[in-house]
Amino acid sequence: MQKEMNMLDVLKIREDFPILKRKINGKPLVYFDNAATSQTPLAVIDAIVDYYSNYNSNIHRGVHTLSQEATDAYEMARKKVQEHFNAKHSYEIILTSGTTHSINIVATGFTNLLSKGDEIIVSALEHHSNIVPWQMLCERAGAVLKVIPMNLEGELVMDVYEQLLSDKTKLVFVNHISNALGTINPIEKIIHKAHKVGAAVLIDGAQSCPHIKPDLQALDVDFYVASAHKLCGPTGVGLLYGKEEWLNKLPPYQGGGEMIDQVTFEKTTYAGLPHKFEAGTPNICGGIAFGVALDYMNAIGFDTIAAYEKELLEYGTEKLLEIEGLKIYGTSKNKTSVISFNIGDIHPYDIGSIVDKLGVAVRTGHHCAQPIMDFYKIPGTVRASFSFYNTKEEIDILVEAVKKAKMMLS
Amino acid sequence: MTIQEIQEEIVDEFSMFDDWMQRYEYMIELGKSLPLIQEKYKTEDNIIKGCQSKVWVHAEMKDNKVEFTADSDAIITKGIIAILIRTFSGQHPTDIIKADTNFIDEIGLKEHLSPTRANGLVSMIKQIKLYAVAYQTQLN
Repeated sequence: MQKEMNMLDVLKIREDFPILKRKINGKPLVYFDNAATSQTPLAVIDAIVDYYSNYNSNIHRGVHTLSQEATDAYEMARKKVQEHFNAKHSYEIILTSGTTHSINIVATGFTNLLSKGDEIIVSALEHHSNIVPWQMLCERAGAVLKVIPMNLEGELVMDVYEQLLSDKTKLVFVNHISNALGTINPIEKIIHKAHKVGAAVLIDGAQSCPHIKPDLQALDVDFYVASAHKLCGPTGVGLLYGKEEWLNKLPPYQGGGEMIDQVTFEKTTYAGLPHKFEAGTPNICGGIAFGVALDYMNAIGFDTIAAYEKELLEYGTEKLLEIEGLKIYGTSKNKTSVISFNIGDIHPYDIGSIVDKLGVAVRTGHHCAQPIMDFYKIPGTVRASFSFYNTKEEIDILVEAVKKAKMMLS
Repeated sequence: MTIQEIQEEIVDEFSMFDDWMQRYEYMIELGKSLPLIQEKYKTEDNIIKGCQSKVWVHAEMKDNKVEFTADSDAIITKGIIAILIRTFSGQHPTDIIKADTNFIDEIGLKEHLSPTRANGLVSMIKQIKLYAVAYQTQLN
C-alpha cells in the first residue's frame, strides 16, 4: 500500500496546485468537491497566461503569424483530445463549451432523424443535463422516453434494460459514472446490447473522464461527451465525439461563422467536420489549455491515478462508516472515489454548512439528480469526491469535521 | 419593541460568543425552539424553494400587525428563520417594508443570506416583504 502512495507522490503533486495552499475560515482548504470541478495545475494556468500574453488571436482565418500560431495550438489540442480518447479521426472531435452543450448538439440533431413512436432509453442515474434535453427531444419528435431503473446499491438493473430494448429503440443515453453516487455503469454491455437492435449510444463521460481513460474505438460507442474542467482543465470547454457517419447525419446546431462552406442569400452550404458544429469563435484558450491538462494527467498516468483514488475511496468509506448513524448511498462494488452520505435525519445542508466552517469543501443537495434522491426518498446527500491530489490526512479532517457537525446538530 | 430595537438586542446576544461554533450552536438552539408553522399551512403554495433546503412561510394580519410563522427542513436555516421571525413578526407592514437585514452581517451569519446561497432564505425575506406590501395595501 505504501508503495502505491510513493508511486504517485501526492505531496509533490500537490505542489502543482496553488489553490490547495488556501486557507478557508482560517483552516487549510480540504477540497472534496472534485466531482463538481477539478482544480487546476500550474501547467494549465501557465498555458492560459501564455496564450493571452503571447499569441491571443482568432483562428482559422487570419494569415498573420499570431493567428497561425493560435490555430496550430488549437488544432494540436484537438489532436491531443483525439489521441487521449482514441478516436479514429481528429475531425470526429468537436470542441464544445462542455458536456451539456455536447449533449444538446446530439439531442437537437436527432429531431428529424426520429419518427413518432420511436423510443429513447436513458438511465435512472442520469444528471438533469442528460435527462432534460432528451425529454425535449421526445416532445419535438413524438418519441417515447424509457428509463433503465436502479437498485438500492445504486446500480442499473440490466435485465430490465434488455427488456426495454426493441426495434423501436433508436437511442440509448447513459452516463459512464453517476455523479451523485459514483457507480460505474457497465457501458461495454450497454453499447453492445443497444447495437444489436440498431440503436445509437451516447455515453456521458463527464464523471468518468477524470478517473478512466476510455478507448472510444474499442468501445465502439457512437457518441461520447465530456468536460475539460473535470480533468484539470478550464471551464467552458469540452468535447463531443461522434463517429464520422453519425456526425455527417446530424445537421449543424448553430449557424454562424466558421461552420459554413459557401454563403449566398439563396443557399448556404456547410463546412465539413469538425467545423460544421463549431459556429463562431470558439474558446480558443480553453481548448489549448484542455490539451495541456490532458498532457498533465497522462504524465501521471490514469492507472496510477485510479489505483491511488481507489485507496482513498476505501479509506474514506471505512473511516466515515465508523460514524454512528452514517449511511452511504451508492454501494456498488464498481464505483469511483465518490462518497454520498447522510447521518440520520440531519439535513445535508446543515452538515455542509458546518464542515465548510472547518475548511472542508463538500457538495450538498440533490446533485442535479433529483430522480435518484426521490428513489431513496431523501432531500439530498452530502457528497465527498476525492481526486488524485487529495490525501488520507484530508479524509481524517473530513471525518473529524463531520463528527463535529453531527455533535452540534443532534 | 421596534424592529431596530429587536435587531440590536439580537446583535447584543450574539456578541457574547467568542467563535463561530458558539454562534452556530445558539442558532441551532433557536431553530429548535422556533414555534412551528401549523401543519395546515405547510402547503405547496407556502413553500419557498431554495435549491437545497425547503422553507415555508405563512402570514396573517392581526390588529394591523403582520404575524409570521415559518419552518424549514434544515436546522441552520431554521435558526436564521427564528431570528427573522423574531424581528419581523408582530410589526406594522410599513415598518417591515422599510427594515433592512444588515444585522445578519453583524452576527456573523452573512454567508447564509448571500443571494447565491441555495437555502431559500433570501427568497423568504422577499416573501415576508411582499406579504407586508400586500397587507399595507389593505390598510390604505
